[in-house]
Amino acid sequence: MASIIDELPLLLQGVVATLQISMLVVVAGSIVGVFGGLGLLFGPIWLRAPLRGYVDVVRGLPLLVTIFIIYYVPPAFDIDISGFAAVVVALSIFAGAHISEIVRGGVASVAKGQSDAAKALGLTFWPRIWSVVLPQALPSIIPPWTNTAIEMVKGSSLAYLVSVSELLFQTYKVVGRTGAAMEIYIAAALLYFAINFAVSRFGAWLERRVRYAL
Amino acid sequence: MFGLNWDLIWRNREEFLWGLVLGLQMALIGLAIGCVIGLLVAFARTSRHRWLSAPAAAYVEFVRNLPLLLILFFLYFGVPMWANSALPRDVADLLILDGENTVIAGLAIYGGAYLAEIFRAGILSVGRAFVEAGRSLGLSGVQIARYVTLPIMFRTVLPSLGNTFISLFKDTSLAMAIAVPELTFVTRKFVTDTFQFIQAWTVAAVLYIVTAYAIAAVLRFLERRIRWAV
Amino acid sequence: MTDTGHASTVGEATAPNAPPMVRIRDVHKRFGALEVLKGIDLDVRQGEVVCIIGASGSGKTTLLRCINFLEPYDSGRIYVDGELVGYHERGGRLVPAREKEIARVRAETAMVFQQFNLFPHMTALNNVAFGPIKVRGVAKDAARERARELLARVGLSDKADAYPAQLSGGQQQRVAIARALAMEPKVMLFDEVTSALDPELVGEVLAVMEDLAASHGVTMIVVTHEMMFAREAADRVVFMDGGVIVEAGPPDEVLGAPRSDRLRAFLRRFTTSRGS
Repeated sequence: MASIIDELPLLLQGVVATLQISMLVVVAGSIVGVFGGLGLLFGPIWLRAPLRGYVDVVRGLPLLVTIFIIYYVPPAFDIDISGFAAVVVALSIFAGAHISEIVRGGVASVAKGQSDAAKALGLTFWPRIWSVVLPQALPSIIPPWTNTAIEMVKGSSLAYLVSVSELLFQTYKVVGRTGAAMEIYIAAALLYFAINFAVSRFGAWLERRVRYAL
Repeated sequence: MFGLNWDLIWRNREEFLWGLVLGLQMALIGLAIGCVIGLLVAFARTSRHRWLSAPAAAYVEFVRNLPLLLILFFLYFGVPMWANSALPRDVADLLILDGENTVIAGLAIYGGAYLAEIFRAGILSVGRAFVEAGRSLGLSGVQIARYVTLPIMFRTVLPSLGNTFISLFKDTSLAMAIAVPELTFVTRKFVTDTFQFIQAWTVAAVLYIVTAYAIAAVLRFLERRIRWAV
Repeated sequence: MTDTGHASTVGEATAPNAPPMVRIRDVHKRFGALEVLKGIDLDVRQGEVVCIIGASGSGKTTLLRCINFLEPYDSGRIYVDGELVGYHERGGRLVPAREKEIARVRAETAMVFQQFNLFPHMTALNNVAFGPIKVRGVAKDAARERARELLARVGLSDKADAYPAQLSGGQQQRVAIARALAMEPKVMLFDEVTSALDPELVGEVLAVMEDLAASHGVTMIVVTHEMMFAREAADRVVFMDGGVIVEAGPPDEVLGAPRSDRLRAFLRRFTTSRGS
């Protein structure tokens, strides 16, 4: 048992890497998603069509294939990309596509009269979206957005396959060193659960904060 | 096309296609077992008895927060290590699965948690009125589940069931991590052998996307075939 | 039978030869195959209160939305205070204006909607102060101060911190009127503002509007089914049917002595259905 406790710092290093990847991806994916979703709704056709293509293609691909494409294809053009960068870019592309669709749905669900009222006051497009439409779309955007964030924490485990030492990678390594398979896998599972439980609590808290009296 | 040489990949087309078929197979069997798990867990979770509903809820909440790859590693690497040292030989052998069965078991456990939630929503959507109608006819609880709740619910859960199948199919790509020769494994092997990165990943991507959208189209067709609505 | 722009106005605020605040010339609008406005001409003077009546589908709401450019019109011209709405004119053709220019003209024409359309994530006070802060660039404190005055004017001083969902329909609509007033618009457009209200809440909203009309500070174009309001508060009543203006004139003439069969039929159906 002592040997397992000795190995815990290695697992925690993995947790740090997993959190790093997840946070970067959620931020990047949210930025892509907000503009992607608005582009899908309000963009001119030359923007809307490629965005639709991006969203539909990425949502049809396994996440792992997206990671491998980003990891293996650029070197064919003499562009070096680290495993860490490939994972962050691929997961962001993936999260961006999903969040685009979430934002599109959420914004489309806001009553048209709200936009009319803001127009009638003389607001131009961006102030109308930021101050009137998006705040009202948030309550329906945040729950699926939270799910996407959890998917990204889980998805960061695929970084193992391009040799990034995140939590699953460290788990595998520690099991090899200690032979305590059951204990270490259960510890890793509990760590993933704890991270995602925190993410879903945070999502629920955010949702309560943006939910005005209806 | 694109000034690239596609001959090599064409000559290996069967390997790619069999990889795709293997993925579909594992997803389908995983979905079937996952549905059994999901149904049992859903009924347990909607039960009035806490000793049934609490473990069911724990299973759903725990498993949905785990990466599938961790579950696969646990089943493929962890369980044999532990079983060989802690269990009698014949029991251990039962728990040690080959790659394909590991993926199927992993998908069933993982998908089961999602399917349980889908079925639970389905059970709740059937509503008390139908259940009471069944009870007034003198049906037992199991009979009500079999003849009333399940058929009515089937219509409402069908779209989610289809989406889960597509997700599980895409998740079969993780099987490459334990050397199961499905499409992603075949593609990566082809790439390391030939260095034809672009051709190989293009073919894999197209196969995945076309298959995923084809499944979706078939499911929409099936949904339209069911004419009655709740 | 189009008679516009020459009717006598009661309590007129400007000289009769001053240019009209709203000038509508030969405006056409179609939705696909359906032509909803078939050549509308109408002038509204500064400070004038014009009520537009007509059956649903007559085009009256569409006309109102065109004045605010919530619906672009297909041809013709709409001027507010001499400025062409939504377009530039180049060589006799309409060229769409830029978004900023459209927004600037819209800020001069406030609109009150049938469904209130208050922003549900803002308090009553912030709903009223929002436009001045975001569009006019008024300092927050000054805008809120002014918003409190306007809420007092519509009788809702005590509801400043309530969210729309906590207010009755009549109270929400009064906040919406205060929100429109806060923009200090040249023209206020009212789109069937009492139609979505329970009957017992209609009175409080009409009282606010009558008060506004009597002050003659602001030009009002009111699409309404409230014939009593039209009779008492309007300087001029316009009857629309099938996308054209059929009759227009002082309320006594239009409502008291309708000249066309269509208006007579409309008023008859109206009095029987409302039982007034």
